[in-house]
Amino acid sequence: MELYELTALELGACLRRGEVSQEEVCAAARARIAAAQPENNAFLTLAEEIPPAPDLTASPLAGVPMAYKDNLCTRGVRTTCASKILGNFVPPYDAGAVERLSAAGAVPMGKLNMDEFAMGSTSETSFYGPVKNPWDLTRAPGGSSGGAAAAVAAGEIWYAIGSDTGGSIRQPAACCGVTGMKPTYGAVSRYGLIAYASSLDQIGPIARSAADCAAVLDVIRGRDRRDGTSLEAPAGSLLAGLTGDVRGLRIGLPAGCFGDGLDPASRRAVQGAAEVLRARGARVEACELPLADYAVPAYYIIACAEASSNLSRFDGVKYGRRAEHCRDLGELYCKTRTEGFGAEVKRRILLGTFVLSAGYYDAYYKKALQVKALIKDAFDRAFRQFDLLLTPVTPAAPPRLGESLGDPLRMYLSDVYTVPVNLAGLPALSMPCGFDGQGLPIGAQLIGPALGDAAVLNAAHAFQLETGYHKKRPKGGTAP
Amino acid sequence: MKITEEMVDYVAALSRLALPEEEKADMAARLEQIVSYMDVLNTLDTGGVEPMSHVFPLKNVLREDRVIPSQARAELLAGAPEPDEAAFLVPRTVE
Repeated sequence: MELYELTALELGACLRRGEVSQEEVCAAARARIAAAQPENNAFLTLAEEIPPAPDLTASPLAGVPMAYKDNLCTRGVRTTCASKILGNFVPPYDAGAVERLSAAGAVPMGKLNMDEFAMGSTSETSFYGPVKNPWDLTRAPGGSSGGAAAAVAAGEIWYAIGSDTGGSIRQPAACCGVTGMKPTYGAVSRYGLIAYASSLDQIGPIARSAADCAAVLDVIRGRDRRDGTSLEAPAGSLLAGLTGDVRGLRIGLPAGCFGDGLDPASRRAVQGAAEVLRARGARVEACELPLADYAVPAYYIIACAEASSNLSRFDGVKYGRRAEHCRDLGELYCKTRTEGFGAEVKRRILLGTFVLSAGYYDAYYKKALQVKALIKDAFDRAFRQFDLLLTPVTPAAPPRLGESLGDPLRMYLSDVYTVPVNLAGLPALSMPCGFDGQGLPIGAQLIGPALGDAAVLNAAHAFQLETGYHKKRPKGGTAP
Repeated sequence: MKITEEMVDYVAALSRLALPEEEKADMAARLEQIVSYMDVLNTLDTGGVEPMSHVFPLKNVLREDRVIPSQARAELLAGAPEPDEAAFLVPRTVE
């Protein structure tokens, strides 16, 4: 078996047992990256230095090569958010999650491509060119953490850290046949995550298995005084809690999520996942989850409003790129931002400014916050009857490159299954559960109540004990 | 809802963005398409629903006001497009 076929935890165990050296592992990762990068463009920056060998007792993941989405600040390593406006910005500090992973012996191989400022569902809005799906290089890998999902799928790294504002971990994980988890809002400190929509943004892992995701979350979750919304980690290890026992677990299948808008192959695959969990003793039943149709418009109003405020910090003064030949400060701001932001980022800033502007605030922004309250209430009611919900992740296979760029509304609508989770702050995981007629991976989403991260991971782990979808690899020119 | 080029100019000015003339019509059309879709929210009765800015009931808490080291000034200035030893430089703003 090749090293890249191991999970992160398996590779960590091999390192600790001395069956493979740190040098061999890093060389294997570098060889995979060198072969895959020209095809899929998953990386924006490659680590130059060979990192010092970590203490292998620091965590089960110590010594395992990984990478960060390029919206996480890394001290001394260029961080671009896939935008022209950040230029060659080199942060003078590490994000909180990066600090914790460094202490746990993570071996970062570089920074991963993404949609510009995490605004997109296909990883095509990057200033540095689109990411391509390792399963079909003519297709998008999903987004916005498309580089993270593609690099894990192609076996370049064993896990990645992404961010999820409306599906940006779960959706690319589904499109690339890997496992991705957005934890409960507040589980992971957002300190050093370049903000898109602060009330929705959350950091999480993309990996080869639910167990790997649990191991990563064990390292990165917990209170950080630099993020006032971060929560104390509940006692106990998520990894140690993976029993695979789902007997008596009540799982709801929201009927509205399996309607006409869903590709038939995806419906079969997700319902098949429900059967696997039922066979292991879970009680699976159809349920209602009202208001789901209102989540996408409410999400885009709230996310764009927050983005228009958050992105006002990019003004060409404190960091990043500045437009040349400006006569006054107003022109400097305006020219820098106009030259530095791409089309989708501008569109969302304008939308956000519009919904917050005098005369429209009540009709759009305030209305969206009311709808958010109703959506959270609908989830609360569902979780009185069920321990978890199971839904699709995407309505259809990932689009061909270029297909959705000219039609932003169509791209927004593809987020229908993922954005309600962010509005309600819930934990949710995307796991591979099958393939469509063209051999493209399909994902299923497990959603838990707030702070129910352990139950979500355990149900996914139970599924992965029974199935092999998460171990499938894309064929392609990436063989070493 | 109709989005005119004048409205695009207005929100662009608020956003410190300047769209080229040839992009304004397309941006207005795209925004109109998206905003019209968002109007579906108006079919939902939200009378009496408290707007929710945060999903968890967070409250402000007070802590002791202690001075703790922040970033080194030189490190922060090193990333600026035009710094001197002590400050970010910008074009003259006061005559």
